[in-house]
Amino acid sequence: MDFELDDEQTALRDAVRGLLKGYDPATNSEHRREVTAADPGYDEALWGRLAEMGLLGLPFAETDGGMGAGPVELALVAEEIGRVIAPEPYVAAVALAGGVVAALGSDDQRAELLGELASGERLLAFASGEVAEPVVQGARAETIIWEVDGEVFVVDRPADVTAYRTHDGGRAARLQFDRSAATPLGDGGDAREALVPVFARARIAACHEALGAMDSALRLTTSYLTTRQQFGVTLNRFQNLTFRAADMYTDLELTRSIVTWATMVAADGDADVVDAAARAKLQTVRAARRIGQEAIQLHGGIGVTDEFSIGHFTSRLTALSHWLGDGREQVALLSGSIADHGVLDPLD
Amino acid sequence: MRLRLTQEEAAFREEMRTFFTTEIPEDIRENVRTGRHLGKDDFVRTMRAMNAAGIAVPNWPVEWGGKQWTPLEKHLWHEEMQLACVPPPLAFNAGMIGPVIAHFGSQEMKERFLPATANLDIWWAQGFSEPNAGSDLASLTTRAERDGDDWIVNGQKTWTTLGQHADWIFCLCRTDPEVKKQAGISMLLFPMDSPGVTLRPIKLLDGTFEVNEVFFDNVRVPGENLVGEVNQGWTQAKFLLGNERVGVAPVGATKRALATAKEHATELGVLDDPLMAARFVELENELLALELTALRVVANSADGKPHPASSVLKLKGSELQQAVTELLVDLAGPLSLASDSETVPEWAAHTVPTYLNFRKASIYGGSNEIQRSIIAGTILGL
Ligand SMILES: Cc1cc2nc3c(=O)[nH]c(=O)nc-3n(C[C@H](O)[C@H](O)[C@H](O)COP(=O)(O)OP(=O)(O)OC[C@H]3O[C@@H](n4cnc5c(N)ncnc54)[C@H](O)[C@@H]3O)c2cc1C
Repeated sequence: MDFELDDEQTALRDAVRGLLKGYDPATNSEHRREVTAADPGYDEALWGRLAEMGLLGLPFAETDGGMGAGPVELALVAEEIGRVIAPEPYVAAVALAGGVVAALGSDDQRAELLGELASGERLLAFASGEVAEPVVQGARAETIIWEVDGEVFVVDRPADVTAYRTHDGGRAARLQFDRSAATPLGDGGDAREALVPVFARARIAACHEALGAMDSALRLTTSYLTTRQQFGVTLNRFQNLTFRAADMYTDLELTRSIVTWATMVAADGDADVVDAAARAKLQTVRAARRIGQEAIQLHGGIGVTDEFSIGHFTSRLTALSHWLGDGREQVALLSGSIADHGVLDPLD
Repeated sequence: MRLRLTQEEAAFREEMRTFFTTEIPEDIRENVRTGRHLGKDDFVRTMRAMNAAGIAVPNWPVEWGGKQWTPLEKHLWHEEMQLACVPPPLAFNAGMIGPVIAHFGSQEMKERFLPATANLDIWWAQGFSEPNAGSDLASLTTRAERDGDDWIVNGQKTWTTLGQHADWIFCLCRTDPEVKKQAGISMLLFPMDSPGVTLRPIKLLDGTFEVNEVFFDNVRVPGENLVGEVNQGWTQAKFLLGNERVGVAPVGATKRALATAKEHATELGVLDDPLMAARFVELENELLALELTALRVVANSADGKPHPASSVLKLKGSELQQAVTELLVDLAGPLSLASDSETVPEWAAHTVPTYLNFRKASIYGGSNEIQRSIIAGTILGL
């Protein structure tokens, strides 16, 4: 087992980090505020830069207009997105909606939909159910990849959408399915089984986004503790606070291990990816709640203001925790197999 | 990144698994499995069997019986041992004084002690803590004064684990009271039956005798029994405690305990209870995260020095170890009251004594508060 990135992966991470540096709300909170205040809730210029770098087609086959990279590369980008809580719907469009197209679409559909997603010309959103809500970027996406009763369709964005802002600064919508406007994705028919691993891989990517956000939340908190003064000293003189930061670090490191492992399982093309995604998500949800709450608490009053960035990390972490399966669902899934093994062995 | 073990690593693991499940006497493994207290003989037979196979002290330098194993191989060795219910090599020997002598001792001292230490021909006791020097170890007051070439030791140690079995003690003593407290400490080695050494057992909550007080009244120690240089003791102690932190995260043993708990839950028919199942799921997941963290950290330990994040392993490792003992108490339910009964299942009778005993895990080896201080200070820069 080896958790290290290779040179190319490290270069990719550094390039993405470099690109997103100027968008860090910790140093440039104005940008995120402006972007999230107006529709579509993200920076279309930045989206274009992501397309130019090939990041929007990262996990897709080259024949479909993608880069042919794997789950590790996808994870790296998601993590950097999370690190600056960029409002761009990267995981929703690329890992989720794009992932479904890549898994089920016909040759032509893949080439068209994924090619145009990769080039930034077309935004995809994923919806589920006759009445789908909340669909991330459902009002902005040109095309909805829509699952209804296990069948998946390609649908132009309906005219009748109810769109709204979400608590984390993003956009979502309520959409009504119209079968007459829908084209089957691929062969059509019940695709439930095929969707399960696609959702699992998207879930893992979302965990990486949360991991990036948690890392930043902790970093912002420790830097606040070493600069903010009360009672004539900086806050890091109070052991109660430094111990809580230590617990945040412990949560973060455990999450990093399990989420990275889940990505390795996905990269291995292993059937266990569903189980691994559930485990990664469960740990992420638990850690995100503790880190998100403590990050605000350790900032005091400024932590609950809109103006200061730390609370926005907590908001984003909360959104990611309830998107693509929450903690309860993971516990329920894992409870089903708890009696199937004695010790759990990640090396088997 | 790579998920799978290589072929060689998988073969290594298999070799360890076979050794531990076939070469260590079954009665010893059964004692561990049932949570009984181990006798001296259980430790001695186990460590000698491992030493005969050349795998008792893999972390030592090769010339003294160590192995040039990769960090992952060391991890597999440790995991397989615990999963097979094999008591690990005595920590005071294999993990503490052995590496210290190998690193700081003279050639003569190495030859005299290391082979006997690896074979548990000498059982060592750790003489660090004192009544007024716990977490603040450097404030220790047991003193050693020169008398010709010899040292004369006076004072008291406490919490000396299994001192009743010990042949020798490695003892931190104040050799210079005038300087900064860390700068005036030395490490001396002497037999527990030296004239002037008195042992008084301390009874623990579970009724067992695991720790002791040790009193020193004009104990004469030959000068050659000083480890390394005079007043180098604090450096040696820090070296030792750093190793201790890594060894003290018993992931494998906790996994095994959780699997056993699961068997009991199945027998009792309560694993179908969603609340109970959820508790198992959450614990098993945290243990998985801990194990993966151990694998990640172990691979990053540069030249034998523990990764700073090893404090995470001690902190979380002891918390989860304790959480499983708690779970077992709750599984036993009212039967847990019958701790001295022979009419309830043996595991149920053991639950509360074990639970109470293992409150120690977050206190020794650098308490969890001390681990948090290390994380906050050295990692987070607070
Ligand atoms: C079962 C058992 C076996 C042991 N075996 C041995 C042995 O073989 N040899 C040996 O030398 N020692 C041994 N010890 C001793 C062990 O190392 C000490 O108990 C430990 O160092 C804590 O010291 P203390 O018990 O004096 O507690 P204290 O240091 O008095 O601590 C009391 C409480 O205060 C907290 N605390 C202390 N300082 C700080 C601080 N700076 N910041 C925040 N919180 C703090 C502690 O975490 C603890 O919660 C053993 C202990 C136990 C329980």
